Amino acid sequence: MSGLTFGAALLVICPLLLILGFLLYQGASAVNVDFFVHLPKPVGEAGGGVANAIVGSLIMIGLAVAVGLPVGILGGVYLAESRDLRLPWVLRFVADVMNGVPSIVFGIFAYTVVVLPMRRFSALAGGLALGLIMVPIVLRTTEEMVRLVPNALREAGLGLGLPQWKVSLRIVIPAARAGIITGVMVAVARIAGETAPLLFTALGNRFWHQGLDQPIAALPLQIYAYAIAPYDDWHRQAWAGALVLITLVFMASLAARVATRGRTIAR
Amino acid sequence: MVGDSTAGVGTADRLSLPPRAISEVRAGLGDRVYTAVVLASVWLVLLLAAGLVVALVWESWEAIRTFGFAFLVTSHWDPVAGEFGALPFIYGTLVSSALALLIAVPLSLGAAIFLAELAPSWIRPPISFLIEMLAAVPSVVYGLWGIFVLVPWLRDWVQPTLGRTLGFLPLFQGPPYGIGMLAAGIILSIMVVPYITSVSREVLLAVPGSQREAALGLGATRWETTRIAVLRYGRSGLVGAVLLGLGRALGETMAVTMVIGNRPEIAASLFAPGYTMASVLANEFTEATSDLYVSALVEIGLLLLVVTVIVNGMARLLVWSVGGPVRGTRE
Repeated sequence: MSGLTFGAALLVICPLLLILGFLLYQGASAVNVDFFVHLPKPVGEAGGGVANAIVGSLIMIGLAVAVGLPVGILGGVYLAESRDLRLPWVLRFVADVMNGVPSIVFGIFAYTVVVLPMRRFSALAGGLALGLIMVPIVLRTTEEMVRLVPNALREAGLGLGLPQWKVSLRIVIPAARAGIITGVMVAVARIAGETAPLLFTALGNRFWHQGLDQPIAALPLQIYAYAIAPYDDWHRQAWAGALVLITLVFMASLAARVATRGRTIAR
Repeated sequence: MVGDSTAGVGTADRLSLPPRAISEVRAGLGDRVYTAVVLASVWLVLLLAAGLVVALVWESWEAIRTFGFAFLVTSHWDPVAGEFGALPFIYGTLVSSALALLIAVPLSLGAAIFLAELAPSWIRPPISFLIEMLAAVPSVVYGLWGIFVLVPWLRDWVQPTLGRTLGFLPLFQGPPYGIGMLAAGIILSIMVVPYITSVSREVLLAVPGSQREAALGLGATRWETTRIAVLRYGRSGLVGAVLLGLGRALGETMAVTMVIGNRPEIAASLFAPGYTMASVLANEFTEATSDLYVSALVEIGLLLLVVTVIVNGMARLLVWSVGGPVRGTRE
């Protein structure tokens, strides 16, 4: 029986190794300085790049963090510190369910709420969609990390006469700071790879964006567009883009894991 | 928080200090502002969630009013004539997800049991790490790999072989396109495995040690202990883990769009191209020319939302029933 389960575990890992292997094999040859620095070139011309996509992704991640970070952290602190019975349960349930909502549905929401009134596709809409995806992740990880702060710190602060809000803001949150940051990094790693919500909010752009209220390129969008195109050169660039994307995502995830090593609730 | 209840007397349950040692713990201005800001952001999250549903219902109202219930059972998707029936997409979503679970559940549960119970402790961290890295791979990268690696393999090797050997079954008939329901099911299963595995592993680890000890004390072997004490105790949580995987599979967009063939027809064969609810949204949303078209697509999005919320809600409740809600499942 152990052998069977071990076999299952091995089978489960195989695809990861296959995918990484192919990414390296196909994508490594196409990744060069040009790739990072130039705009996409028309089909048939060599040497295009995905510079606008990388910058676009970074901009939208920044917007998403601006939306998701404050809401997520405050909500997480509430969940960890509140002694109410019903509202925290509701918030926790809603956050967990939001975690499971397909990301494309957030894209529809951003389309309805931002794109339709503004009558244009924009980086703002894309940033909002990504920020909404971030909120439940940041919320839950912040809650976990704030819970790990020892009660002795809170008691010491209160015992010294600090009001509750100062204890939370100046003692508890800074103590959980590293964990909260890694939670944000996990969320960023997740949204960096999201394509679906950007399809009809940010739309994509083959040039530099002209403003936050204009369509903007993003790395996953560019990979998708290249992958389904009929041109070999674009396929190569798709592999290269995927390699870059997965490297960034893995680095962020790895950094988050290393930072939270040993911080999980003891079993 | 102190601002919530009457401060001072009675807050000692959180601290071990006698009430009189906390001097004048009134809800001061700072406390009130802080509590207000925190509660505002809590309500903002809840309002956003509610707003999500409201916005989708609002946008899809025209389609709901025009087609009513027939939308869910009609197969005819004709944007040009303005006739929309979502049955092919519902069928495609269900079949691809079912296929994904069929492949993923035995493998994931096996891996989870291995990691939680039977593995030597030195091997657990690397394998858990690799499985979690699988979850971090972006969907579009899976799709890319699917188009250029999985699909040619299916087209050139797997499907012709299946067609020759099992071709009497309607499941394996038809030309071996490579692209189609089988490819979508396989890719989805790879994407869903890490979720089911990690949640199952957490569920199994949440089973109290006393259960295992009791079984061992009665003379059970290692596998018997696992089967009797752990799996049976964590059964509802494991079902919840599978449902979580289902919820993920239902909503998966990019990888499926890239390998499913995007044909809005219901076919019995796994070799045939299909279409899922998320895929039609990805492909046709920016192409939708009329208000009714957009409204029909948003209704599909609403349907997707409702289904995934129900599945995920049930999954959460089941998983919480074993370990409790604050375990904080790491997605």
